[in-house]
Amino acid sequence: MKYICLGYMDPKKWEAMSEREVNAFVDGCFDYDDVLRKNGHFAGGEALQPPQNATTLRFQNGRVAVTDGPYAETKEQLGGILILEAKDLNHAIQLMSKHPGVRGGPFEIRPAADLTDMIRESERRRSITK
Amino acid sequence: MSENIAERVRERVEAVYRAESRRVLATLIRLLGDFDLAEEALHDAFRAALEQWPRDGLPANPRAWLVSAGRFKAIDGIRRQARFDALDDVAEPVAAAGDDPAAGEGESVEDDRLRLIFTCCHPALSPEAQVALTLREVCGLTTEEIARAFLIPAPTLAQRIVRAKAKIRDARIPYKVPAQAELSDRLDAVLRVIYLVFNEGYAASSGASLTRSDLSGEAIRLGRLLIELLPEPEALGLLALMLLQESRRVARTSPSGDMVLLENQDRSLWNRDQIKEGLALVERALTSRRFGPYTLQAAIGAVHAEAPDAAATDWARIAGLYEVLMHVEPSPVVELNRAVAVALRDGPETGLVLIDAILARGDLEDYHLAHSARADLCRRLGRTAEARVSYKRALGLTRLEPERRFLERRLDELKK
Repeated sequence: MKYICLGYMDPKKWEAMSEREVNAFVDGCFDYDDVLRKNGHFAGGEALQPPQNATTLRFQNGRVAVTDGPYAETKEQLGGILILEAKDLNHAIQLMSKHPGVRGGPFEIRPAADLTDMIRESERRRSITK
Repeated sequence: MSENIAERVRERVEAVYRAESRRVLATLIRLLGDFDLAEEALHDAFRAALEQWPRDGLPANPRAWLVSAGRFKAIDGIRRQARFDALDDVAEPVAAAGDDPAAGEGESVEDDRLRLIFTCCHPALSPEAQVALTLREVCGLTTEEIARAFLIPAPTLAQRIVRAKAKIRDARIPYKVPAQAELSDRLDAVLRVIYLVFNEGYAASSGASLTRSDLSGEAIRLGRLLIELLPEPEALGLLALMLLQESRRVARTSPSGDMVLLENQDRSLWNRDQIKEGLALVERALTSRRFGPYTLQAAIGAVHAEAPDAAATDWARIAGLYEVLMHVEPSPVVELNRAVAVALRDGPETGLVLIDAILARGDLEDYHLAHSARADLCRRLGRTAEARVSYKRALGLTRLEPERRFLERRLDELKK
Protein backbone atom coordinates (compact mmCIF):
# COMPACT_ATOMS: atom_id res chain seq x y z
CA MET A 1 0.00 0.00 0.00
CA LYS A 2 1.17 3.54 -0.73
CA TYR A 3 1.50 6.13 1.99
CA ILE A 4 2.17 9.76 1.13
CA CYS A 5 4.49 11.29 3.71
CA LEU A 6 4.28 15.05 3.96
CA GLY A 7 7.37 16.49 5.58
CA TYR A 8 6.93 19.80 7.38
CA MET A 9 9.56 22.20 8.58
CA ASP A 10 9.91 25.58 10.19
CA PRO A 11 11.79 27.81 7.70
CA LYS A 12 13.15 29.91 10.59
CA LYS A 13 14.68 26.84 12.17
CA TRP A 14 16.20 25.98 8.80
CA GLU A 15 17.69 29.48 8.37
CA ALA A 16 19.19 29.35 11.85
CA MET A 17 21.21 26.24 11.01
CA SER A 18 24.91 26.54 10.11
CA GLU A 19 26.15 25.28 6.76
CA ARG A 20 27.69 22.28 8.45
CA GLU A 21 24.45 21.44 10.22
CA VAL A 22 22.48 21.79 6.99
CA ASN A 23 24.93 19.52 5.17
CA ALA A 24 24.85 16.86 7.87
CA PHE A 25 21.05 16.97 7.92
CA VAL A 26 20.66 16.79 4.14
CA ASP A 27 23.26 14.00 3.82
CA GLY A 28 21.46 11.99 6.50
CA CYS A 29 18.14 12.39 4.67
CA PHE A 30 19.57 11.42 1.28
CA ASP A 31 21.37 8.45 2.79
CA TYR A 32 18.16 7.15 4.24
CA ASP A 33 16.24 7.83 1.01
CA ASP A 34 18.79 5.55 -0.67
CA VAL A 35 18.13 2.85 1.92
CA LEU A 36 14.40 3.16 1.22
CA ARG A 37 15.06 3.00 -2.53
CA LYS A 38 17.26 -0.05 -2.20
CA ASN A 39 14.55 -1.91 -0.27
CA GLY A 40 11.76 -0.93 -2.66
CA HIS A 41 10.00 1.40 -0.23
CA PHE A 42 10.67 4.66 -2.11
CA ALA A 43 7.89 5.05 -4.65
CA GLY A 44 8.66 8.68 -5.44
CA GLY A 45 9.18 12.04 -3.86
CA GLU A 46 10.11 15.67 -4.36
CA ALA A 47 11.53 18.41 -2.22
CA LEU A 48 9.63 21.70 -2.40
CA GLN A 49 11.02 25.19 -2.94
CA PRO A 50 10.35 27.55 -0.03
CA PRO A 51 6.79 28.78 0.63
CA GLN A 52 7.53 32.28 -0.68
CA ASN A 53 7.79 30.71 -4.15
CA ALA A 54 4.34 29.18 -3.80
CA THR A 55 1.30 30.35 -5.73
CA THR A 56 -2.23 29.54 -4.67
CA LEU A 57 -5.25 29.22 -6.97
CA ARG A 58 -8.71 29.61 -5.59
CA PHE A 59 -12.11 29.59 -7.23
CA GLN A 60 -13.76 32.79 -6.07
CA ASN A 61 -16.80 34.72 -7.34
CA GLY A 62 -17.03 32.62 -10.48
CA ARG A 63 -13.38 32.96 -11.49
CA VAL A 64 -9.98 31.64 -10.56
CA ALA A 65 -8.10 34.02 -8.28
CA VAL A 66 -4.34 33.75 -8.17
CA THR A 67 -2.52 34.79 -5.00
CA ASP A 68 1.06 34.82 -3.82
CA GLY A 69 2.15 32.40 -1.10
CA PRO A 70 1.11 29.05 0.32
CA TYR A 71 -2.51 28.08 1.01
CA ALA A 72 -2.07 28.28 4.77
CA GLU A 73 0.38 30.57 6.54
CA THR A 74 1.60 28.50 9.45
CA LYS A 75 4.83 28.29 11.38
CA GLU A 76 5.62 24.91 9.89
CA GLN A 77 5.44 24.63 6.13
CA LEU A 78 5.33 21.71 3.75
CA GLY A 79 8.94 21.07 2.75
CA GLY A 80 8.71 17.91 0.69
CA ILE A 81 6.71 14.82 -0.11
CA LEU A 82 7.73 11.21 -0.19
CA ILE A 83 5.66 8.34 -1.53
CA LEU A 84 6.28 5.30 0.58
CA GLU A 85 5.51 1.69 -0.22
CA ALA A 86 4.69 -0.13 3.04
CA LYS A 87 2.78 -3.21 4.23
CA ASP A 88 0.55 -1.36 6.66
CA LEU A 89 0.46 1.73 8.87
CA ASN A 90 2.75 0.19 11.51
CA HIS A 91 5.30 -0.52 8.80
CA ALA A 92 5.01 3.03 7.44
CA ILE A 93 5.43 4.50 10.94
CA GLN A 94 8.43 2.26 11.52
CA LEU A 95 10.12 3.32 8.25
CA MET A 96 9.47 7.04 8.67
CA SER A 97 10.46 7.09 12.37
CA LYS A 98 13.98 6.24 11.21
CA HIS A 99 14.02 9.01 8.58
CA PRO A 100 16.39 11.79 9.71
CA GLY A 101 13.91 14.31 8.26
CA VAL A 102 11.61 13.75 11.23
CA ARG A 103 14.19 15.55 13.39
CA GLY A 104 13.79 18.64 11.22
CA GLY A 105 9.99 18.78 11.49
CA PRO A 106 6.88 16.63 11.69
CA PHE A 107 5.84 14.08 9.07
CA GLU A 108 2.21 13.59 8.23
CA ILE A 109 1.51 10.08 6.93
CA ARG A 110 -1.54 9.73 4.69
CA PRO A 111 -2.62 6.51 3.06
CA ALA A 112 -3.11 6.95 -0.69
CA ALA A 113 -6.75 6.79 -1.67
CA ASP A 114 -7.83 4.11 -4.12
CA LEU A 115 -9.96 5.89 -6.73
CA THR A 116 -10.31 2.90 -9.07
CA ASP A 117 -14.06 2.57 -8.46
CA MET A 118 -14.63 6.31 -8.66
CA ILE A 119 -12.72 6.54 -11.96
CA ARG A 120 -14.61 3.57 -13.39
CA GLU A 121 -17.97 5.13 -12.44
CA SER A 122 -16.88 8.46 -13.88
CA GLU A 123 -15.76 6.87 -17.13
CA ARG A 124 -19.15 5.22 -17.44
CA ARG A 125 -20.97 8.54 -16.85
CA ARG A 126 -18.76 10.33 -19.36
CA SER A 127 -19.23 7.69 -22.06
CA ILE A 128 -23.01 8.02 -21.69
CA THR A 129 -23.04 11.80 -22.11
CA LYS A 130 -20.76 11.65 -25.15
CA MET B 1 -39.07 -32.05 29.71
CA SER B 2 -37.59 -31.06 26.35
CA GLU B 3 -38.54 -27.46 27.07
CA ASN B 4 -36.52 -27.76 30.25
CA ILE B 5 -33.51 -28.90 28.26
CA ALA B 6 -33.95 -26.10 25.76
CA GLU B 7 -34.04 -23.62 28.63
CA ARG B 8 -30.87 -25.09 30.12
CA VAL B 9 -29.08 -24.92 26.78
CA ARG B 10 -30.17 -21.33 26.35
CA GLU B 11 -28.70 -20.50 29.76
CA ARG B 12 -25.54 -22.30 28.80
CA VAL B 13 -25.27 -20.32 25.55
CA GLU B 14 -25.69 -17.11 27.52
CA ALA B 15 -22.94 -18.17 29.92
CA VAL B 16 -20.67 -19.02 27.00
CA TYR B 17 -21.46 -15.63 25.49
CA ARG B 18 -20.41 -13.83 28.67
CA ALA B 19 -17.24 -15.88 29.06
CA GLU B 20 -16.12 -16.28 25.45
CA SER B 21 -17.68 -13.67 23.16
CA ARG B 22 -14.67 -11.29 23.35
CA ARG B 23 -12.20 -14.10 22.67
CA VAL B 24 -14.26 -15.34 19.74
CA LEU B 25 -14.57 -11.80 18.40
CA ALA B 26 -10.81 -11.23 18.68
CA THR B 27 -10.11 -14.37 16.64
CA LEU B 28 -12.81 -13.60 14.07
CA ILE B 29 -11.32 -10.14 13.48
CA ARG B 30 -8.00 -11.81 12.65
CA LEU B 31 -9.62 -14.42 10.38
CA LEU B 32 -11.93 -12.00 8.59
CA GLY B 33 -9.70 -8.95 8.63
CA ASP B 34 -12.55 -6.59 9.43
CA PHE B 35 -14.20 -5.44 12.68
CA ASP B 36 -17.75 -5.07 11.35
CA LEU B 37 -17.66 -8.35 9.46
CA ALA B 38 -16.38 -10.07 12.62
CA GLU B 39 -19.10 -8.58 14.82
CA GLU B 40 -21.78 -9.72 12.42
CA ALA B 41 -20.20 -13.17 12.25
CA LEU B 42 -20.09 -13.32 16.06
CA HIS B 43 -23.82 -12.71 16.28
CA ASP B 44 -24.56 -15.18 13.52
CA ALA B 45 -22.48 -17.80 15.34
CA PHE B 46 -24.40 -17.36 18.59
CA ARG B 47 -27.70 -17.40 16.73
CA ALA B 48 -26.62 -20.71 15.15
CA ALA B 49 -25.64 -22.03 18.59
CA LEU B 50 -29.11 -21.24 19.94
CA GLU B 51 -30.61 -23.22 17.06
CA GLN B 52 -28.24 -26.16 16.94
CA TRP B 53 -27.04 -26.84 20.48
CA PRO B 54 -30.50 -27.77 21.86
CA ARG B 55 -30.81 -30.27 18.97
CA ASP B 56 -27.26 -31.64 18.68
CA GLY B 57 -26.02 -31.12 22.22
CA LEU B 58 -23.19 -28.90 23.44
CA PRO B 59 -19.99 -29.12 21.38
CA ALA B 60 -16.85 -30.34 23.18
CA ASN B 61 -15.15 -27.00 22.59
CA PRO B 62 -17.80 -24.28 22.37
CA ARG B 63 -15.27 -21.55 21.56
CA ALA B 64 -13.76 -23.40 18.59
CA TRP B 65 -17.29 -24.26 17.42
CA LEU B 66 -18.30 -20.58 17.54
CA VAL B 67 -15.17 -19.41 15.73
CA SER B 68 -15.66 -21.85 12.91
CA ALA B 69 -19.42 -21.23 12.69
CA GLY B 70 -18.76 -17.49 12.57
CA ARG B 71 -16.13 -17.90 9.90
CA PHE B 72 -18.34 -20.04 7.70
CA LYS B 73 -21.28 -17.66 8.05
CA ALA B 74 -19.02 -14.77 7.05
CA ILE B 75 -17.55 -16.57 4.02
CA ASP B 76 -21.05 -17.53 3.02
CA GLY B 77 -22.11 -13.90 3.32
CA ILE B 78 -19.14 -12.68 1.29
CA ARG B 79 -19.87 -15.25 -1.47
CA ARG B 80 -23.54 -14.34 -1.56
CA GLN B 81 -22.60 -10.67 -1.76
CA ALA B 82 -20.19 -11.59 -4.56
CA ARG B 83 -23.05 -12.33 -6.92
CA PHE B 84 -23.98 -8.66 -6.70
CA ASP B 85 -20.51 -7.12 -6.58
CA ALA B 86 -17.76 -7.31 -9.12
CA LEU B 87 -15.92 -10.56 -8.56
CA ASP B 88 -12.37 -9.27 -8.22
CA ASP B 89 -13.21 -7.33 -5.02
CA VAL B 90 -14.15 -10.50 -3.22
CA ALA B 91 -11.13 -12.68 -3.70
CA GLU B 92 -9.15 -11.05 -0.92
CA PRO B 93 -11.57 -11.32 2.06
CA VAL B 94 -12.51 -14.88 1.15
CA ALA B 95 -8.87 -15.88 0.97
CA ALA B 96 -8.23 -14.23 4.34
CA ALA B 97 -11.28 -15.90 5.88
CA GLY B 98 -10.44 -19.33 4.52
CA ASP B 99 -6.94 -19.14 5.86
CA ASP B 100 -7.26 -20.99 9.14
CA PRO B 101 -4.12 -21.38 11.23
CA ALA B 102 -5.48 -23.00 14.40
CA ALA B 103 -8.80 -21.21 14.49
CA GLY B 104 -9.61 -22.67 17.86
CA GLU B 105 -6.87 -23.30 20.23
CA GLY B 106 -3.99 -22.31 22.38
CA GLU B 107 -1.56 -19.47 22.21
CA SER B 108 -2.75 -17.91 18.99
CA VAL B 109 -6.15 -17.24 20.56
CA GLU B 110 -4.54 -15.45 23.51
CA ASP B 111 -2.48 -13.53 20.94
CA ASP B 112 -5.72 -12.50 19.28
CA ARG B 113 -6.89 -10.83 22.49
CA LEU B 114 -3.60 -8.93 22.69
CA ARG B 115 -3.91 -8.00 19.02
CA LEU B 116 -7.35 -6.61 19.76
CA ILE B 117 -6.09 -4.58 22.74
CA PHE B 118 -3.13 -3.14 20.84
CA THR B 119 -5.24 -2.31 17.80
CA CYS B 120 -7.94 -0.56 19.85
CA CYS B 121 -5.21 1.42 21.67
CA HIS B 122 -3.27 2.30 18.51
CA PRO B 123 -1.69 5.77 18.82
CA ALA B 124 -2.90 6.66 15.30
CA LEU B 125 -6.43 6.79 16.79
CA SER B 126 -7.50 9.75 18.93
CA PRO B 127 -7.36 9.10 22.70
CA GLU B 128 -11.16 9.38 22.94
CA ALA B 129 -11.53 6.82 20.15
CA GLN B 130 -9.03 4.49 21.82
CA VAL B 131 -11.04 4.55 25.04
CA ALA B 132 -14.39 4.08 23.29
CA LEU B 133 -13.15 1.28 21.05
CA THR B 134 -11.46 -0.57 23.91
CA LEU B 135 -14.58 -0.49 26.07
CA ARG B 136 -16.76 -1.54 23.14
CA GLU B 137 -14.61 -4.28 21.59
CA VAL B 138 -12.40 -5.58 24.40
CA CYS B 139 -14.83 -5.18 27.33
CA GLY B 140 -18.01 -5.74 25.33
CA LEU B 141 -19.82 -2.72 26.78
CA THR B 142 -22.66 -1.37 24.65
CA THR B 143 -22.40 2.02 22.98
CA GLU B 144 -25.18 3.28 25.26
CA GLU B 145 -23.36 2.12 28.40
CA ILE B 146 -20.14 3.83 27.37
CA ALA B 147 -21.94 7.03 26.39
CA ARG B 148 -23.75 7.13 29.75
CA ALA B 149 -20.52 6.55 31.68
CA PHE B 150 -18.77 9.39 29.88
CA LEU B 151 -21.82 11.68 29.95
CA ILE B 152 -21.89 12.15 26.19
CA PRO B 153 -24.74 11.54 23.73
CA ALA B 154 -24.87 7.97 22.37
CA PRO B 155 -24.86 9.06 18.69
CA THR B 156 -21.63 11.04 19.29
CA LEU B 157 -19.98 8.00 20.79
CA ALA B 158 -21.30 5.66 18.09
CA GLN B 159 -19.85 7.97 15.45
CA ARG B 160 -16.50 8.03 17.23
CA ILE B 161 -16.39 4.22 17.04
CA VAL B 162 -17.48 4.12 13.39
CA ARG B 163 -14.73 6.63 12.46
CA ALA B 164 -12.09 4.70 14.37
CA LYS B 165 -13.02 1.45 12.63
CA ALA B 166 -12.95 3.20 9.27
CA LYS B 167 -9.43 4.49 9.98
CA ILE B 168 -8.27 1.01 11.04
CA ARG B 169 -9.56 -0.37 7.75
CA ASP B 170 -8.64 2.46 5.36
CA ALA B 171 -5.24 3.50 6.73
CA ARG B 172 -4.50 -0.18 7.23
CA ILE B 173 -3.73 -0.28 10.93
CA PRO B 174 -2.58 -3.89 11.26
CA TYR B 175 -4.11 -6.42 13.65
CA LYS B 176 -0.84 -7.20 15.35
CA VAL B 177 0.99 -7.30 18.62
CA PRO B 178 3.79 -4.75 18.14
CA ALA B 179 7.34 -5.94 17.56
CA GLN B 180 9.66 -6.06 20.56
CA ALA B 181 11.34 -2.77 19.58
CA GLU B 182 8.03 -0.88 19.72
CA LEU B 183 6.45 -2.82 22.55
CA SER B 184 7.36 -0.45 25.35
CA ASP B 185 5.94 2.67 23.62
CA ARG B 186 2.84 0.85 22.49
CA LEU B 187 2.28 -0.67 25.93
CA ASP B 188 2.40 2.85 27.37
CA ALA B 189 -0.52 3.77 25.13
CA VAL B 190 -2.51 0.74 26.34
CA LEU B 191 -1.77 1.54 29.99
CA ARG B 192 -2.78 5.16 29.42
CA VAL B 193 -6.16 4.08 28.06
CA ILE B 194 -6.77 1.74 30.99
CA TYR B 195 -5.78 4.37 33.56
CA LEU B 196 -7.95 6.97 31.80
CA VAL B 197 -10.94 4.64 32.11
CA PHE B 198 -10.10 4.00 35.76
CA ASN B 199 -9.80 7.69 36.59
CA GLU B 200 -13.00 8.55 34.79
CA GLY B 201 -14.65 6.11 37.18
CA TYR B 202 -12.64 7.05 40.25
CA ALA B 203 -12.67 10.82 40.10
CA ALA B 204 -15.28 11.89 37.61
CA SER B 205 -14.01 15.10 36.04
CA SER B 206 -17.36 16.80 36.50
CA GLY B 207 -20.83 16.12 37.84
CA ALA B 208 -22.52 15.49 41.15
CA SER B 209 -21.09 12.11 42.07
CA LEU B 210 -17.49 11.61 43.11
CA THR B 211 -17.21 8.06 41.75
CA ARG B 212 -18.59 6.08 38.84
CA SER B 213 -17.47 2.72 40.04
CA ASP B 214 -18.50 0.71 36.97
CA LEU B 215 -15.74 2.24 34.88
CA SER B 216 -13.13 1.67 37.58
CA GLY B 217 -14.19 -1.96 37.84
CA GLU B 218 -13.96 -2.29 34.07
CA ALA B 219 -10.44 -0.77 34.10
CA ILE B 220 -9.34 -3.23 36.79
CA ARG B 221 -10.74 -6.12 34.74
CA LEU B 222 -8.76 -4.82 31.74
CA GLY B 223 -5.64 -4.56 33.90
CA ARG B 224 -6.05 -8.17 35.01
CA LEU B 225 -6.54 -9.35 31.44
CA LEU B 226 -3.44 -7.46 30.33
CA ILE B 227 -1.14 -8.95 32.97
CA GLU B 228 -2.52 -12.38 32.19
CA LEU B 229 -1.52 -11.89 28.56
CA LEU B 230 1.56 -9.71 28.99
CA PRO B 231 3.00 -9.56 32.52
CA GLU B 232 5.26 -6.52 31.92
CA PRO B 233 6.39 -4.68 35.09
CA GLU B 234 4.51 -1.47 34.31
CA ALA B 235 1.31 -3.42 33.61
CA LEU B 236 1.69 -5.01 37.06
CA GLY B 237 2.39 -1.56 38.49
CA LEU B 238 -0.74 -0.06 36.93
CA LEU B 239 -2.97 -2.86 38.21
CA ALA B 240 -1.43 -2.42 41.67
CA LEU B 241 -2.00 1.33 41.53
CA MET B 242 -5.66 0.90 40.56
CA LEU B 243 -6.29 -1.74 43.24
CA LEU B 244 -4.68 0.36 45.98
CA GLN B 245 -6.70 3.42 44.98
CA GLU B 246 -9.86 1.36 44.62
CA SER B 247 -9.34 -0.16 48.09
CA ARG B 248 -10.09 3.26 49.60
CA ARG B 249 -13.24 3.94 47.58
CA VAL B 250 -15.75 3.41 50.40
CA ALA B 251 -13.67 5.43 52.87
CA ARG B 252 -13.16 8.47 50.66
CA THR B 253 -16.79 9.60 50.72
CA SER B 254 -18.88 10.17 53.83
CA PRO B 255 -22.45 8.79 53.98
CA SER B 256 -23.67 12.28 53.03
CA GLY B 257 -21.54 12.16 49.87
CA ASP B 258 -18.81 14.48 51.14
CA MET B 259 -15.15 14.00 50.35
CA VAL B 260 -12.97 12.54 53.12
CA LEU B 261 -9.24 13.26 52.89
CA LEU B 262 -6.80 10.37 53.17
CA GLU B 263 -5.65 11.52 56.63
CA ASN B 264 -9.21 11.48 57.98
CA GLN B 265 -10.37 8.23 56.39
CA ASP B 266 -11.61 5.35 58.54
CA ARG B 267 -8.96 2.80 57.58
CA SER B 268 -11.07 -0.12 58.78
CA LEU B 269 -13.20 0.57 55.69
CA TRP B 270 -10.28 -0.03 53.33
CA ASN B 271 -10.62 -3.20 51.28
CA ARG B 272 -7.96 -5.56 52.66
CA ASP B 273 -8.14 -8.06 49.79
CA GLN B 274 -7.45 -5.37 47.21
CA ILE B 275 -4.60 -4.01 49.35
CA LYS B 276 -3.07 -7.45 49.71
CA GLU B 277 -3.23 -8.07 45.98
CA GLY B 278 -1.91 -4.58 45.24
CA LEU B 279 1.05 -4.92 47.61
CA ALA B 280 2.07 -8.25 46.09
CA LEU B 281 1.92 -6.75 42.58
CA VAL B 282 4.02 -3.72 43.60
CA GLU B 283 6.61 -6.08 45.03
CA ARG B 284 6.71 -8.10 41.80
CA ALA B 285 7.05 -4.97 39.66
CA LEU B 286 9.77 -3.45 41.85
CA THR B 287 11.91 -6.58 41.86
CA SER B 288 11.90 -6.57 38.03
CA ARG B 289 14.01 -3.35 38.16
CA ARG B 290 12.38 -2.33 34.88
CA PHE B 291 9.60 -0.36 36.49
CA GLY B 292 8.33 3.12 35.62
CA PRO B 293 5.89 5.78 36.78
CA TYR B 294 2.90 3.49 37.40
CA THR B 295 4.89 1.20 39.67
CA LEU B 296 6.32 4.18 41.56
CA GLN B 297 2.86 5.65 42.11
CA ALA B 298 1.65 2.25 43.25
CA ALA B 299 4.61 2.04 45.65
CA ILE B 300 3.54 5.38 47.12
CA GLY B 301 0.00 4.02 47.48
CA ALA B 302 1.48 0.96 49.18
CA VAL B 303 3.14 3.11 51.86
CA HIS B 304 -0.26 4.61 52.71
CA ALA B 305 -1.88 1.18 52.66
CA GLU B 306 0.65 -0.18 55.13
CA ALA B 307 0.27 2.65 57.66
CA PRO B 308 -2.17 1.70 60.45
CA ASP B 309 -3.15 5.38 60.81
CA ALA B 310 -2.30 8.70 59.16
CA ALA B 311 0.20 9.69 61.88
CA ALA B 312 2.18 6.49 61.30
CA THR B 313 2.70 7.24 57.57
CA ASP B 314 6.31 6.91 56.47
CA TRP B 315 6.55 10.38 54.85
CA ALA B 316 10.29 10.11 54.36
CA ARG B 317 9.77 7.08 52.13
CA ILE B 318 6.94 8.79 50.24
CA ALA B 319 9.01 11.93 49.67
CA GLY B 320 11.85 9.69 48.44
CA LEU B 321 9.58 7.85 46.00
CA TYR B 322 8.30 11.18 44.62
CA GLU B 323 11.93 12.19 44.20
CA VAL B 324 12.52 9.14 41.98
CA LEU B 325 9.24 9.76 40.14
CA MET B 326 10.43 13.32 39.42
CA HIS B 327 13.38 11.85 37.54
CA VAL B 328 11.37 9.22 35.68
CA GLU B 329 8.46 11.43 34.71
CA PRO B 330 8.86 15.06 35.74
CA SER B 331 5.66 17.11 35.92
CA PRO B 332 4.40 20.05 37.99
CA VAL B 333 1.75 17.79 39.60
CA VAL B 334 4.39 15.29 40.74
CA GLU B 335 6.40 18.22 42.06
CA LEU B 336 3.35 19.43 43.99
CA ASN B 337 2.82 16.00 45.54
CA ARG B 338 6.46 15.84 46.48
CA ALA B 339 6.15 19.27 48.15
CA VAL B 340 3.19 18.03 50.21
CA ALA B 341 5.16 14.92 51.28
CA VAL B 342 8.14 17.08 52.22
CA ALA B 343 5.82 19.33 54.26
CA LEU B 344 4.66 16.30 56.23
CA ARG B 345 8.22 15.09 56.69
CA ASP B 346 9.99 18.38 57.47
CA GLY B 347 7.15 20.69 58.51
CA PRO B 348 4.64 22.96 56.70
CA GLU B 349 7.07 25.86 56.30
CA THR B 350 9.48 23.90 54.08
CA GLY B 351 6.57 22.56 52.01
CA LEU B 352 5.08 26.03 51.57
CA VAL B 353 8.33 27.37 50.12
CA LEU B 354 8.28 24.57 47.52
CA ILE B 355 4.62 25.08 46.60
CA ASP B 356 5.05 28.84 46.29
CA ALA B 357 7.98 28.24 43.95
CA ILE B 358 5.81 26.00 41.72
CA LEU B 359 2.96 28.53 41.70
CA ALA B 360 5.39 31.39 40.99
CA ARG B 361 6.37 29.60 37.78
CA GLY B 362 2.71 29.74 36.79
CA ASP B 363 2.58 26.02 35.93
CA LEU B 364 -0.29 25.12 38.26
CA GLU B 365 -2.03 28.51 38.41
CA ASP B 366 -5.35 26.92 37.36
CA TYR B 367 -4.99 23.65 39.26
CA HIS B 368 -7.36 23.72 42.25
CA LEU B 369 -5.39 21.14 44.26
CA ALA B 370 -2.28 23.36 44.21
CA HIS B 371 -4.22 26.18 45.85
CA SER B 372 -5.99 23.94 48.34
CA ALA B 373 -2.65 22.34 49.30
CA ARG B 374 -1.18 25.82 49.82
CA ALA B 375 -4.26 26.84 51.84
CA ASP B 376 -3.87 23.78 54.03
CA LEU B 377 -0.23 24.53 54.84
CA CYS B 378 -1.05 28.20 55.61
CA ARG B 379 -3.84 27.04 57.91
CA ARG B 380 -1.43 24.79 59.80
CA LEU B 381 1.00 27.68 60.16
CA GLY B 382 -1.79 29.91 61.51
CA ARG B 383 -1.59 32.24 58.50
CA THR B 384 -5.38 32.44 58.33
CA ALA B 385 -5.78 35.32 55.91
CA GLU B 386 -3.51 33.69 53.33
CA ALA B 387 -5.25 30.35 53.83
CA ARG B 388 -8.60 31.98 53.14
CA VAL B 389 -7.39 33.54 49.88
CA SER B 390 -6.03 30.20 48.64
CA TYR B 391 -9.16 28.24 49.63
CA LYS B 392 -11.25 30.78 47.72
CA ARG B 393 -8.99 30.46 44.69
CA ALA B 394 -9.34 26.64 44.81
CA LEU B 395 -13.11 26.97 45.20
CA GLY B 396 -13.27 29.07 42.05
CA LEU B 397 -11.43 26.37 40.08
CA THR B 398 -12.99 23.04 41.13
CA ARG B 399 -15.79 21.56 39.07
CA LEU B 400 -16.73 18.75 41.47
CA GLU B 401 -19.62 19.31 43.84
CA PRO B 402 -18.21 17.26 46.78
CA GLU B 403 -14.88 19.07 46.53
CA ARG B 404 -16.67 22.38 46.52
CA ARG B 405 -18.51 21.44 49.72
CA PHE B 406 -15.24 20.33 51.32
CA LEU B 407 -13.54 23.64 50.53
CA GLU B 408 -16.54 25.63 51.78
CA ARG B 409 -16.41 23.69 55.04
CA ARG B 410 -12.73 24.52 55.43
CA LEU B 411 -13.44 28.21 54.80
CA ASP B 412 -16.22 28.16 57.40
CA GLU B 413 -13.88 26.61 59.96
CA LEU B 414 -11.40 29.43 59.43
CA LYS B 415 -14.03 32.02 60.36
CA LYS B 416 -14.45 30.46 63.80
